[in-house]
Amino acid sequence: MNVRLALALLAGVALLAVAPLALDAYWLDVLNSVGLYALLALSLNVILGDAGLFNMGHAAFYAVGAYTTAILSTQLHLPVLWTLPLAGLAAALFAAVVARPVIHLRGDYLLIVTIGMGEIVRIALVNDVFGLTGGANGLFGIPRPIVFGYKIRKPAEFFYLIWAFVLLTVFLFDRLEQSRFGRALTYLREDPVAAEGSGINTTRYKLAAFVLGAAWAGMAGTLYAAKMTIISPESFNFWESVQLFLIVILGGAGSIPGVILGAVLVIVLPEAFRGFATARLLVFGLVMMVMMVFRTQGLLPLKRPRFREKDLARAEAAR
Amino acid sequence: MEQFLQQLINGLAVGGIYALIALGYTMVYGVLKLINFAHGDLFTYGGYLGLTLLTSLALQGRVGTAAAVALLVLMVMGLVGVMGVVLERAAYRPLRESPRLSAVVSALGASIFLQNALMLLYGARVQVYPEGLLPQVAVSLFGLQVPLLRILVVLASVVMMAALYLFVQKTKIGTAVRAAAIDQGAARLMGIDVNKVVSLVFLIGPALGGVAGLLVGLYYGQVNFTMGWIYGMKAFTAAILGGIGNIPGAMVGGLLLGVIEALGAAYLSIAWKDAIAFCVLILILIVRPTGLLGERVAEKV
Repeated sequence: MNVRLALALLAGVALLAVAPLALDAYWLDVLNSVGLYALLALSLNVILGDAGLFNMGHAAFYAVGAYTTAILSTQLHLPVLWTLPLAGLAAALFAAVVARPVIHLRGDYLLIVTIGMGEIVRIALVNDVFGLTGGANGLFGIPRPIVFGYKIRKPAEFFYLIWAFVLLTVFLFDRLEQSRFGRALTYLREDPVAAEGSGINTTRYKLAAFVLGAAWAGMAGTLYAAKMTIISPESFNFWESVQLFLIVILGGAGSIPGVILGAVLVIVLPEAFRGFATARLLVFGLVMMVMMVFRTQGLLPLKRPRFREKDLARAEAAR
Repeated sequence: MEQFLQQLINGLAVGGIYALIALGYTMVYGVLKLINFAHGDLFTYGGYLGLTLLTSLALQGRVGTAAAVALLVLMVMGLVGVMGVVLERAAYRPLRESPRLSAVVSALGASIFLQNALMLLYGARVQVYPEGLLPQVAVSLFGLQVPLLRILVVLASVVMMAALYLFVQKTKIGTAVRAAAIDQGAARLMGIDVNKVVSLVFLIGPALGGVAGLLVGLYYGQVNFTMGWIYGMKAFTAAILGGIGNIPGAMVGGLLLGVIEALGAAYLSIAWKDAIAFCVLILILIVRPTGLLGERVAEKV
């Protein structure tokens, strides 16, 4: 982890620690949404930003996680937080099964297939598949999470739970990017042919990125279910996936600070402009087009490692 | 048997509409290798413009005569075609040299923009086509009573596709389109103005999509501002099924998908109707990514 990110994280922790004292319940709730979307976008970023795989059905993994939690906690009465790893596992397994046969498809075809996958999952949920999902009404009565015997119910309490998870995720995914696995993904994204040529099993790495991203989305699903206590298929429709995709692209694919900034902008700005609710999406579409023409890499683009003069000189001297 | 035939005819009618929209996807993909996500929304504009022209212009009360219908079709084609050309200039041409993802995101942005512009203009509610515009005649076919409109939809789509196919295969401009689809650089060296070809493709594709929107309005009697998305996805599936970049492929794929969907809804489950197309899409991409008659879409890395 570099010094700047560490400082940014520290500043973030300090800011987050005091936020519930300064904000009212409404804005805390908005920030909770930002946290959830940041988590989801960070999880999609592993797939879309790091591995360069166009996945526009991410809401399906989110849905699998949320429904796993809802079913386990209402039917089997498992404590909500216990279902967190199970939700991640369920989403990961689901991703491994659905992604394997299509992962080799060309970029925009993968995009179309993942849209299709997301829609099939939504339709399955609406049709009350296996009699477990409650159909179009969804599931309700999901119990509150309990941390060390304390029941979490207020927005301020959820705030700490969600953002603690976001910070943990930022830390882990930053480590991941620096790791051998992360570097292999970068290589794969920048030049798949060369990556394959230098002995990277591209299919395995692509699949691993998909499974990891899905697992994290599944766990975000647990937090969502616990926060809402009620879930329905409409929370996981195509628009959710598009929104996550946009957060990653507009913020800066592959860049963790960019993705978080993207989540803040995409969630907070529409709240601040509630008065213009109807024209909101129109402007949104326009911004997407203009952004792509004038700032293709997103707001906070990923800095590519560059050789500087002194690095080169040092390498020369070492030889 | 009677139900089977009935579903077959329904499927062909809907399939004809899918095929008309699929042509726009397939042509744009053939030349630019871009999935034009906003194409489905241009189709919706066809339905809405058709409605406005029908209810607000002098056409009212006079539709039913062949000339008025032809005029309506031409006006919708022209307007939506021009929208397509403008869309390409604004959202896609500046990104011609950019990474693939940028154009995809821009296309999605255009789709969201167009859809919401329509909502702001007309309101979020379903728009109903006035009744009795076209004579409600049924024709006896294989011992079945089939509404004339349903047959007209199939005929209209087949005629338009045949015309397009002949245009692309037999005329000099059509040859330029095919050349640009194979190799833009080489086409440019041969003196073909690729920008003009792209504009032409974005004129014809959306024009046909616009007619499909008008046909949906006449066929179902209503349109809504979000319908472009699901029709667009299905038409795209049809294009893949037939083999993307291939005009007869789009036609075969569209008709086939319409029939599969109608039979699936009748014999399997109506609730899963919209999932059928997506299952077909995923299956075809796994099993035969070239489609029935087309180019490769899988990447060997």
